[in-house]
Amino acid sequence: MTNDTAPQKSVGERLIIALPYLWLVAFFLVPFVIVGKISLSQTVIAQPPYTPVLDLSAGLGGLIDFFGALSADTYATLAGDDLYLFSYLKSLQVAGLSTAILLAIGLPIAHAMARAPARLQPFLVVAVMLPFWTSFLIRIYAWMTILQRDGLLNQVLQGLGLVDEPASWLSTDTAVLIGIVYSYLPFMVLPLYASLHKLDESLLEAAADLGCPRWKAFWLVTVPLIAPGIGAGCLLCLIPIIGEFVIPDLLGGSDTMMIGQTLWTEFFANKDWPVASAIAVVLLMLLVVPIAAWEALQSRQIREGR
Amino acid sequence: MRRAFVPRDDLDKPMVRFDAVTRRFADVTAVDQLSLDIREGEFFALLGPSGCGKTTLLRMLAGFERPDEGRLLLAGQDIAAVPPWRRPVNMMFQSYALFPHLSVAGNIAFGLKQERMPRREIKARLAEMLRLVRLEGLNKRKPHQLSGGQRQRVALARALAKHPKVLLLDEPLAALDKKLREETQYELMALQDRLDTTFVIVTHDQEEAMTMAHRIGVMNHGRLAQVGTPAEIYEQPCSRWVAGFIGDVNFFDGTVDAAGVDGVVVADTAGRRFRAAGTAGIQAGTKVALAVRPEKILLTTAAPDAAAMPVNTVAGKVADIGYLGDLSLYKVRLDDGTVVKASVTNARRFAASDIGWDDTVWLSFAPDAAVVLTE
Repeated sequence: MTNDTAPQKSVGERLIIALPYLWLVAFFLVPFVIVGKISLSQTVIAQPPYTPVLDLSAGLGGLIDFFGALSADTYATLAGDDLYLFSYLKSLQVAGLSTAILLAIGLPIAHAMARAPARLQPFLVVAVMLPFWTSFLIRIYAWMTILQRDGLLNQVLQGLGLVDEPASWLSTDTAVLIGIVYSYLPFMVLPLYASLHKLDESLLEAAADLGCPRWKAFWLVTVPLIAPGIGAGCLLCLIPIIGEFVIPDLLGGSDTMMIGQTLWTEFFANKDWPVASAIAVVLLMLLVVPIAAWEALQSRQIREGR
Repeated sequence: MRRAFVPRDDLDKPMVRFDAVTRRFADVTAVDQLSLDIREGEFFALLGPSGCGKTTLLRMLAGFERPDEGRLLLAGQDIAAVPPWRRPVNMMFQSYALFPHLSVAGNIAFGLKQERMPRREIKARLAEMLRLVRLEGLNKRKPHQLSGGQRQRVALARALAKHPKVLLLDEPLAALDKKLREETQYELMALQDRLDTTFVIVTHDQEEAMTMAHRIGVMNHGRLAQVGTPAEIYEQPCSRWVAGFIGDVNFFDGTVDAAGVDGVVVADTAGRRFRAAGTAGIQAGTKVALAVRPEKILLTTAAPDAAAMPVNTVAGKVADIGYLGDLSLYKVRLDDGTVVKASVTNARRFAASDIGWDDTVWLSFAPDAAVVLTE
């Protein structure tokens, strides 16, 4: 007996497949379209503080008027003022630098975790995630007290005789980097640990057997094989750090103007919703590049069956 | 049987020497005061049940484990402290351990690149290795694009590429199916003959060890139970454990009744008396086990002629018959309940077997078919 028609999917099956798409449409696509629409509007002193406002009761004519009133002026503003370019570059710089530091710190930690006795490893994973049990905001406030002029860091440095005068840490780029690296470390360590944990120990033995000392085997065997984990960890950190607002706002100074703060200022201080929306749209476009890179990497892995 | 291996290196300077080597893990002694010489150009098999320490022994040779006590010599040099990447030995791993991110060529050339061999020589050696394991044309494939048998060949070529003094093979055929395993056994033997490299193989498969090796070291509980050629181990096992581990065997426990120049007479616990040849030095009264292999027992349906009644004949009833195609295995229950296994070659097709369950049969074996074991 042959069955040459593909089995029909039931309504239930279709619904299950449709659910994530519905979710994305409702909570990502629709808000994004609204933000995109606002970014094409002009600011006015009114409620809501922008024009044109879409009024569906005006019928087709109102719709045509609405689309006619949209303009890309806000994007011209973004391009015309160095402040915005500076904020984007600052965000990229801070995100790039902190991701590099995170990788440098996270890799040895993940490596040590993967090499620890098997019965210890679940506890180490929990230990890495332990900071999540406290509110993120409280942890950043804790860093403020540590980094302030008479804070713990300066007391320790002075006690050790490393500095004579208490240095000002708070409101510097260094404080922002410390806060970001501290907060994002689990996002770097966990993907690295997952790929190091899967790494077949006998591959490193084979490398040693073939004349490759340990440090060299790390570069020739370990790094290429955990590249997906490195990519995942870096992107998991880089993408949210670019848009990070709370840490630079609380720990940084006036010269640490990352894009998140610029957006906040436009939205809340200047009440300029269209420009704030345009900043968000451009930021999203900037993030699409690394996200697309990640997607390409993952689909390649799936193709190669690893 | 394999051509006899003639040692050519200096007897005091074997290729590999384990000198009273001990290796302990937490609470187990994996290798216990073990001494062993492996000669240059020899195909040596370490055979034993799982957990007997054979893999630890191999890993010590590769440098992944260090002996706690004793000395480990390679071509006369103590290598206990030499790291794996500086040893002129290479290993073929049971899992093959092929680098998944490298192509076939990248895998095979990996070791050559480590010793900074000139590019042109690497290319030549790579071609030689691909030819040797018949993988020409597959050099650009990644390991996951190969069949199990092909992966096994890449692993072999990678381990041989550096022309090691000793090639270590850890259960090299375990992942192959039976047919391919048998073919590969003969290929490995031919390869070893041609390359004239010392091969040390670890296996739990006695057929594999018997087929391929010049000499076998049978291991149990971290010690060598017996070292010898496959024929020696099979025909002259030194202990009850070795006799039982290699092949099928029947034991008759008893005491030596009389010892003479041409052999001994053993009276077993049921009062049966057997003659065994060639057992000099055993005193009367010694407790022994008589070991007889099933294929050395002659099974007849008629009582042997009383006048020509041969020695070592017992009667019993057929309790079980196993038809294996090439031979049939009969389990015969003797009067006292002892079950003796005897195998009969099915030399003729459709030989209407006239032996059935509960038939009375006679079993006999020649005095030189039995081995007298004191351990």
